[in-house]
Amino acid sequence: MRPLEYRRAEDPRRAVTAVAGRPGAMFLGAGTNLVDHLKLGVARPDLLVDVSHLPYDKIEPRPGGGLRIGAAVRNSDLAAHPLVRQHYPVLAQALLSGASPQLRNLATTAGNLLQRTRCPYFQDVTTPCNKREPGTGCSALEGYNREHAVLGASEHCVAVHPSDMAVALTVLDAEVRVLGSGGERTIPITELYRLPGDRPDRDTVLKHGDLITAVDLPGLPMAAHSAYRKVRERASYAFALVSVAAAVQVRDGAITDARVAFGGLAHKPWRAYRAEEALRGVRVSAAPGDTLAEATTAAPIAAGGAASTGENAGGTSTVEDLRAAADAELADARPLAHNAFKIPMARNTFVAVLRGLLREEGATR
Amino acid sequence: MRVTFTVNGSRESVDDVWEGESLLYVLRERMGLPGAKNACEQGECGSCTVYLDGAPVCACLVAAGQVEGREVRTVEGLADGGRLDPVQEAFVECGAVQCGFCTPGLIVQTHALLARRPDPSDAEIREALAGNLCRCTGYEKILDAVRLAASRKTGAE
Repeated sequence: MRPLEYRRAEDPRRAVTAVAGRPGAMFLGAGTNLVDHLKLGVARPDLLVDVSHLPYDKIEPRPGGGLRIGAAVRNSDLAAHPLVRQHYPVLAQALLSGASPQLRNLATTAGNLLQRTRCPYFQDVTTPCNKREPGTGCSALEGYNREHAVLGASEHCVAVHPSDMAVALTVLDAEVRVLGSGGERTIPITELYRLPGDRPDRDTVLKHGDLITAVDLPGLPMAAHSAYRKVRERASYAFALVSVAAAVQVRDGAITDARVAFGGLAHKPWRAYRAEEALRGVRVSAAPGDTLAEATTAAPIAAGGAASTGENAGGTSTVEDLRAAADAELADARPLAHNAFKIPMARNTFVAVLRGLLREEGATR
Repeated sequence: MRVTFTVNGSRESVDDVWEGESLLYVLRERMGLPGAKNACEQGECGSCTVYLDGAPVCACLVAAGQVEGREVRTVEGLADGGRLDPVQEAFVECGAVQCGFCTPGLIVQTHALLARRPDPSDAEIREALAGNLCRCTGYEKILDAVRLAASRKTGAE
C-alpha cells in the first residue's frame, strides 16, 4: 500500500474543504468498501478524511411526513427502525438482503450509496478496466460477463451497481442531501447515478469533495405496500443477479399507481417508468381461484412476450398484464454473451413481486 | 500514529500504527491478540469477527484510526477467567471445530446472536452466520453447537 495520511474530520465544512482541495483525498465512512479497495490497490488516495463520527447518525421524522436518514446511520440500525419497517418495508427488506450481519453493523447510508461495482475486472488491478483506469478498455465486454448489465450499458463499461438499498430508495423517490464547496443542495436519487457512457469512471453526478449528509424519504402512503425481492446465486450473502423493488396502490379493483425499480441490470438502479405506465389501470382479479391466486411463474413464458398496452381490455388475466408491463420495460434489454438469462429472470421476478403485493392488497381490503 | 482504545475491558495505547492498516492487523501484530483470524481480508469470510462498541464487525475492514476511543471485545475476552463461555464449551463438545480457522469468528458471531435472540430458529441461525465461512464445510456440527448453546442459555433462564 502507498503512504497516506489519515485525519478525523472536525466538522462537515472543514471535511469538505479538505477533500475538495486535494485531488488524491477521499472521505472515509465505515470503510467496508474503501478499506478493501486500499488493500487491492483499486483506490489509491493520499489522504483519508474520516467522516464516520460526524453527527449524521440519526433517523428522524420530518415535519409533514417522511423520514430523514443520517448519512452515518448503520445499515443494521436503519433496517431495524420501527418507522422504516412500518412505512417503508421495501427499504428494510432491501437492507437485510445485502451483505452479512457483520458488514451491515458497520456500513453506513452514504457509504452504501457510494459503494463501487463488484465487477471482478474492476477489482483486479492486473486487468484493463475503463472504470478504474479510463482508456484501458473493458475486460468484461468480451470476458466473463454473467453478472453484468443488460440495460443502459455502453461499449466502455457493462458494470452494474451493487447496492440493494439504492434500488429501494429509487422507488421511494428519496432525495440525497449533499454538502459541497458551494453549500448544501438536494439531488433526487433518480438523478444521482449516471449511465456509463464514455465516462464509466464516474458513478454519480457528485463532484470531488461533495459530502452526502442525509437521505430524505417523502411521506408516501403507498410505500406501506412495498416489497423487495433479490435473486442470487445462494440464499444469503451474495450480490443480486436481478432484484425488484416495488410499491403499488389499488383502488376499486385496479392499479392506480405503481413504482418499480430493478437492481442488477444496469450501471444504476433502474427505475422502470415504462412498466409503471403499463401497470396503471390493470384490473386486479381478486376472486378466489383466479389467475392471480393460482398462476405460477414457472408457467412457460414466450420469449420476448407479447406487447400490451396494459389496458386489461382484451380479456387478459392480471398475470398476463403484469408480464406485458415487464416486457415494456425490458424491450430495450441487450444481453451479453453470458447474461441473457437475466431478461426472463427480471420479468419473472417483477411478476412475482407484483403478484405478492396485489395479493396482500386483496387480503387487506 | 498512536491509537488508544479499550480492548477486552482494558484501555490500551498502540504506537507507530500506519494510517492505512486495519484493526485486525493492530490486534494481531501489535497487541498479541491472534484470536481473530486473518483469512480473506475482504469481509467475505467472517474469521476476523470482533465486537466493536457491542456490535460484531469484520475487523479486517475497520481502519485502525477509526477505533480511537472505542471499545473492542475479541474472542479472547469471552471467557470468564478460566471458564470458557457457554458458546465456546458447546463448540468443543459438539466437535464444531475442524481446522479451527473460522472458529473464533463463528464463536463471536454466535455469542452476539444468542445475546439478542436466545432461542433462534434454524433459519435465523443460518442467516446470522451467513457471513462466516467454514472452508472445512463443518456446518452441521456448527449448527449443533449453536443449538446446544442456545438450549443451555434458555434452560438456565
